[in-house]
Amino acid sequence: MNKNIINFIATIIIAYLLSLFMDWYSVMVASSLTALLIPLKRFAVFFVPFLAIFVFWLIYSFILGSNNDFILGKRIAELLDLQGNIYLLLTITGLVGGISSGIAAIFGKQLSTLNTKT
Amino acid sequence: MKYLKILISLALTIGIFYTLNTKFGSIPPIGKFLNPYSGVWQNETDESLSGEVLIKGLKNKVTVHYDEQIIPHAFAQNEEDLYLTQGYLTAKHRLWQMDFQTYAAAGRLSEILGEKALNYDRQERRRGMGYGADQAVKVMKENPETFKLVQAYANGVNAYINQLTPESYPVEYKLLDYKPEPWSVNKTALLLMYMTKMLAGADSDMQYTNALRLFGKDRFDMLFPDFFDITDPVIPKETDWSFIDVPQTPLPANQQIVLDTIREVIDQPNPDNGSNNWAISKEKSATGNTILANDPHLGLNLPSIWFVMQLSTPNHKAFGATIPGALGIISGFNEHIAWGETNATRDVIDWYKIEFNEDRSKYKFDGEWKDARIRVEDIKIKGKESYKDTVLYTHHGPVVYDKNFKSDMELAGYAMKWIGHMGGNNQRTFIDLNKAKNYDQYTKALQYWNAPAQNFVFASVKGDIALWIQGKLPNKWEGQGKFVMDGSVSENDWQGFIPQKYNAHSKNPERGFVSSANQHPVDENYPYFVFNDRFETYRNRVINDYFNSKEKISVDDFKALHNNNYNLKAAELMPYMLDNIDTSKLNEAEKEVYNEAKSWQFNNDINEVGPSIWREWWKAVYNLTWDEFDVEDSVMKSPFAYQTIHMLKNNGDNEFMDIVDTPEKETSKDLFQLSFSEAVTSLNNWKNENGDYNWYNYKATYAGHLLQALPAFSVFNIPVGGDRNIVNATSENHGPSWRMIVEMTSPPTALGIYPGGQSGNPGSKYYDNFIDEWAEGSYHELNFLQSNKATDKIIGSQILKPISNE
Repeated sequence: MNKNIINFIATIIIAYLLSLFMDWYSVMVASSLTALLIPLKRFAVFFVPFLAIFVFWLIYSFILGSNNDFILGKRIAELLDLQGNIYLLLTITGLVGGISSGIAAIFGKQLSTLNTKT
Repeated sequence: MKYLKILISLALTIGIFYTLNTKFGSIPPIGKFLNPYSGVWQNETDESLSGEVLIKGLKNKVTVHYDEQIIPHAFAQNEEDLYLTQGYLTAKHRLWQMDFQTYAAAGRLSEILGEKALNYDRQERRRGMGYGADQAVKVMKENPETFKLVQAYANGVNAYINQLTPESYPVEYKLLDYKPEPWSVNKTALLLMYMTKMLAGADSDMQYTNALRLFGKDRFDMLFPDFFDITDPVIPKETDWSFIDVPQTPLPANQQIVLDTIREVIDQPNPDNGSNNWAISKEKSATGNTILANDPHLGLNLPSIWFVMQLSTPNHKAFGATIPGALGIISGFNEHIAWGETNATRDVIDWYKIEFNEDRSKYKFDGEWKDARIRVEDIKIKGKESYKDTVLYTHHGPVVYDKNFKSDMELAGYAMKWIGHMGGNNQRTFIDLNKAKNYDQYTKALQYWNAPAQNFVFASVKGDIALWIQGKLPNKWEGQGKFVMDGSVSENDWQGFIPQKYNAHSKNPERGFVSSANQHPVDENYPYFVFNDRFETYRNRVINDYFNSKEKISVDDFKALHNNNYNLKAAELMPYMLDNIDTSKLNEAEKEVYNEAKSWQFNNDINEVGPSIWREWWKAVYNLTWDEFDVEDSVMKSPFAYQTIHMLKNNGDNEFMDIVDTPEKETSKDLFQLSFSEAVTSLNNWKNENGDYNWYNYKATYAGHLLQALPAFSVFNIPVGGDRNIVNATSENHGPSWRMIVEMTSPPTALGIYPGGQSGNPGSKYYDNFIDEWAEGSYHELNFLQSNKATDKIIGSQILKPISNE
């Protein structure tokens, strides 16, 4: 299988497992780990974990919200000056998870270079 | 190079972590806040209304049935379990609110909100809120029966808190980035202090002192009479007081008046805090059952100040509105009796000027130096070092104002004497009232009630109605405490209290009803000094006229009266003002408004424009009348509406009618004309900005979230009429915070509603679901369950089970 896909899936699985006993930054730990163990190249270093967590958080949040008709989501979207737009709120949620794990993955990737003798 | 890259990427990683994990100003820590596993998305939940919960500290199983409104009906085997359950259930639905209110009460908001709350916190601590709560806990400890139950309540709250994990914290904790703290007896005492401040925490002694200095005694007495020319007191005028054999405290031999210039005062509770209650006798009732009603007027907040419950043991079943943080039903009924409260609005705060020695360790008293005590208030501030405020205490109470706070007097200060500082076993009143079966047990329960003084209305299935004005009330000498007193003379101290049995009351009066609406408690014949500190003068007359005008009264009449929008205040002045305006001087815009005003029938209904015109006109004429009270460097309070209207109509050429800034000598007629023009201008300005000024738009009633009406968690533009001084006392953000009607059938049948919802979670459909029905004047039938078997009204049942300590 394509390394990108393996990394993508592994990031989600590890992020999920870590979230059971860790706070939100578990996604950062997860993506550094996968970057370390399944190193990717160039833009993929950032974008694969970014996409993985973006999708993961967005879908997870969507499921939680839709079970309750987004009653709170609408209020939070107003609170954060998003004019009550829950799609915008969901996107931002995904971006927050995605960007933080993408950046953590860059760090993981850099760490992985310690093992390789270049 | 490799290491540099590692460092840079590490720095970036740490940077993003820090950015998303930190609260910036009012923006929550966004990573923590939005992530789906522990952030706000986890609060997108409905209430859990079924299943079994294990709870430490319970002795026996407790059943909780939820009805459609998610009102919990709790059935416990004993009182300790019952109050533990009350604590648990209240926390389950309202944890953040109850916790936050005790922070606000204690002056601890800086811990949550940071430095911007410091001035508020200092003020509340100097007011002695924490000190008063400590005194209350002391008294509770002397009453082990009460203490045990208050402790059980705390255990219940804590059982709920201990079940929580960060992902299940109420959303406000996530928003402000802090955690729930354990509940305690002290926190219940603080909550009761919060209520005491809200209802018995206002006074105008300093404003009156300034007015006395500026205007002299004669004019002061004319502006602020002890009784108005009409009174319709809580306890009927014809009451015979001859049974009272303890006299009023005699006047001191020589009164030294302190005529200081006082520039600012601490915040006062909302002057509109008040209520209506009434009960009618069997004879007056259309069905032959006594009927009782109560509607407390408080801030329209979300989560609502009230939480409705049924609390039952094998020995009693009580139902009604509770206050999160306090035990028992506050306004409600059981199988035998019903009760409700309005504020008695008595003057239980006095101020004493204190003279200190050179190092402020002692103060002068009866020619000697007395030691001042020190209480250091350690105010924790989020993200900062704590602030230590040293407050000096005299035998009167805390020296609130001194060189360190709102005053520049180096060696003097003002000490506060407040009933709220004296402790008390107030909680016992409600614990006993919840179980009371008749008039005697009701009066026994009331004995424990010190503050805030309340008008407790009562009705029983047996057919009694009654109203006691209960509180620990100082027996003052004539005029004592109207103004700041000299704190160095013992004659100025409170000399004693009105014996409890001589508190004014009325049982089964001939007129067939009892009622109270924060008006004068009694007329001039009551043998103790009662100072008119801010008695209401309109609602009570509308209510009493309503009952006097009808032979028989039904529950439907009660509903109509709750929702009565008749504006007596406007009716007493506006026609007179309209008649005394020179219409030939009006311009086109003014003529139009004049005609609108003419056709108004004085009902503050939402589609009328009359109420908006009246509001603007009254504001303008009032301010023009009392321009003398706009004094630099002196905090002032202008006269009450009743006296203002009386003077405008009967004393129109009084010197106060003159506008100080103009060379002419104005009379009230000039003021009517001028203020009308002003009112029309501001109404039309408003119209240009906001559209039609009908009462609905103009008043724009809202229920605001406790965090300064955070818009996302508040409800705006509620279509409801009324206003302050109207029986339906709904103004912008204040009004009937709970409406209850109980007909004393056996068992009682009751209606109730409040502008909010049972859930404190802004993500719940039960957060604000009562508001629309409340606004249209509807009620919910309260399902008074007679056994712990679920009926068809029950949508979910939960069993709370004891857990052993192993």
